[in-house]
Amino acid sequence: METVIDIQRLSKSFGNHEVLKDIHFSVNKGEVVCIIGSSGSGKSTLLRCVNLLEKPSGGKIIYNGENILDDKHDIHAYRRRLGMVFQQFNLFNNHNVLGNCVVGQMKVLKRSREEAEKVALKYLKVVGMDRFVNAKPRQLSGGQKQRVAIARALSMEPDVLLFDEPTSALDPEMVGEVLKVMKELAETGLTMLIVTHEMEFAKEVSDRVVFMDKGVIAEEGSPDQIFNHPTGERTREFLKRTLREI
Amino acid sequence: MDLSFEWIIKIIETNWPMFLRGAGVTLLIALIGTIFGALIGLLAGIIRTIPIPERGAKRGFLKFINIILSIYIEFFRGTPMIVQAMVIFYGSAAAFGWQMNPIIAGVVIVAINTGAYMAEIVRGGIISVDAGQYEAAQAIGMNHVQTMTHVVMPQVIRNILPATGNQFIINIKDTAVLSVISVTELFFQTKTVAGNNFRYFEAFFIVCIIYFILTYAVTLILRYFERKLDGPDNYTVVGSHAQMDAGEHKGIGQ
Ligand SMILES: Nc1ncnc2c1ncn2[C@@H]1O[C@H](COP(=O)(O)OP(=O)(O)OP(=O)(O)O)[C@@H](O)[C@H]1O
Ligand SMILES: [Mg+2]
Repeated sequence: METVIDIQRLSKSFGNHEVLKDIHFSVNKGEVVCIIGSSGSGKSTLLRCVNLLEKPSGGKIIYNGENILDDKHDIHAYRRRLGMVFQQFNLFNNHNVLGNCVVGQMKVLKRSREEAEKVALKYLKVVGMDRFVNAKPRQLSGGQKQRVAIARALSMEPDVLLFDEPTSALDPEMVGEVLKVMKELAETGLTMLIVTHEMEFAKEVSDRVVFMDKGVIAEEGSPDQIFNHPTGERTREFLKRTLREI
Repeated sequence: MDLSFEWIIKIIETNWPMFLRGAGVTLLIALIGTIFGALIGLLAGIIRTIPIPERGAKRGFLKFINIILSIYIEFFRGTPMIVQAMVIFYGSAAAFGWQMNPIIAGVVIVAINTGAYMAEIVRGGIISVDAGQYEAAQAIGMNHVQTMTHVVMPQVIRNILPATGNQFIINIKDTAVLSVISVTELFFQTKTVAGNNFRYFEAFFIVCIIYFILTYAVTLILRYFERKLDGPDNYTVVGSHAQMDAGEHKGIGQ
């Protein structure tokens, strides 16, 4: 199995508040990894450290055999190999749907407009938004915005796609359309790292589930192992709590 | 010949070139002053939103620049333009022996004033573009300059456009104070016309209408541009069911 990202002894503190402690884990090519855990356990911080939106306090992130936390490493070159989908969509309000998917390709990957539009349309079709190329973000529903955000990330043709609670800001009736797109992507063999509170979804699509608690990885394993035979006391407690809420 | 109405016609007939020239000078000073002022404000606003690093030489430098900018903004917002005009025009003559061209002096004064007002508006405009969009741009690999030019600044400029237009209109009116340094703008010309035939009411009534025409025309032009920039309120759905769907997907927002 080919490792895409390998994280070793990663830690992160905000001031003297230690949010991530000694995190070890890796993502393999074609794998779908879901990160679950209670609020404040450090899931978002971990994801943001992976693409360096937060600067880790210590440890290594090995990508293509190189530690990208070395000072000499080009952060922007690394980031363009990773896609990110945010809870709040974060579409560019000054661009229409097509523009959102094109601007990064042209400015970062230096693709021609013609090629960039072709690629963008291909991925907008994948998420079912190809007929809305002219729409501005403010004219779309939450679910539509999130699908465009996914197409924008895909248009950069990343090695890994990171999702931070992509459905948490959506009205319940729109959660399904986004999860459906994500399921389809998982089936195409895309490498995905997903922070989610959607337990059913995590059970269904993941190859591996990571349970985080108080800044550490408390348990890690196949969905069957984590959801049906959890070994850790904290994992059992968390699952009992969340599954009861549903 | 004592009827005001007849005097108004007569004054227009004999003095229209002066009114026209005055209106031209007023528009020129207001326009160039507003453009330069907006650029000053843009620059000052951008500098004031650069996050101050926690340590290093850059921190001290940035803090110093910020203090200078604060002084500039507060000082020019806190003193009347008519007084600034006198100080700059006569001050430059007394201190350096410069005999400034009154029109250039006028543009400088309007630009500096506009810059002081716009700096705060630009700062607000930058802050109002949410941090999430900045992060999203960073996440696809854009650097700071790319993020600013392709994502943040276009939105800032759109956000500050109404305020800039408003400032332009204020400047058209406020250039009248420049008559104290003998700028031959609209108000100065009117005073000359009125003095020639002692018809103060009629001359100033005419110029009142001219000022209003200028400002109202600018208002209409700016509104047109804003609408153009925002694009249509509803979008067209492309593809097979376009005709059917187009009506359902009316733009919300606004
Ligand atoms: N920028 C920051 N400055 C200080 N503390 C922060 C910052 N970002 C996160 N934290 C803290 O780090 C801890 C972990 O936060 P994080 O957002 O990673 O949790 P999470 O697992 O994603 O929670 P949720 O499920 O609510 O999204 C929290 O205690 C939070 O208060
Ligand atoms: Mg989170």
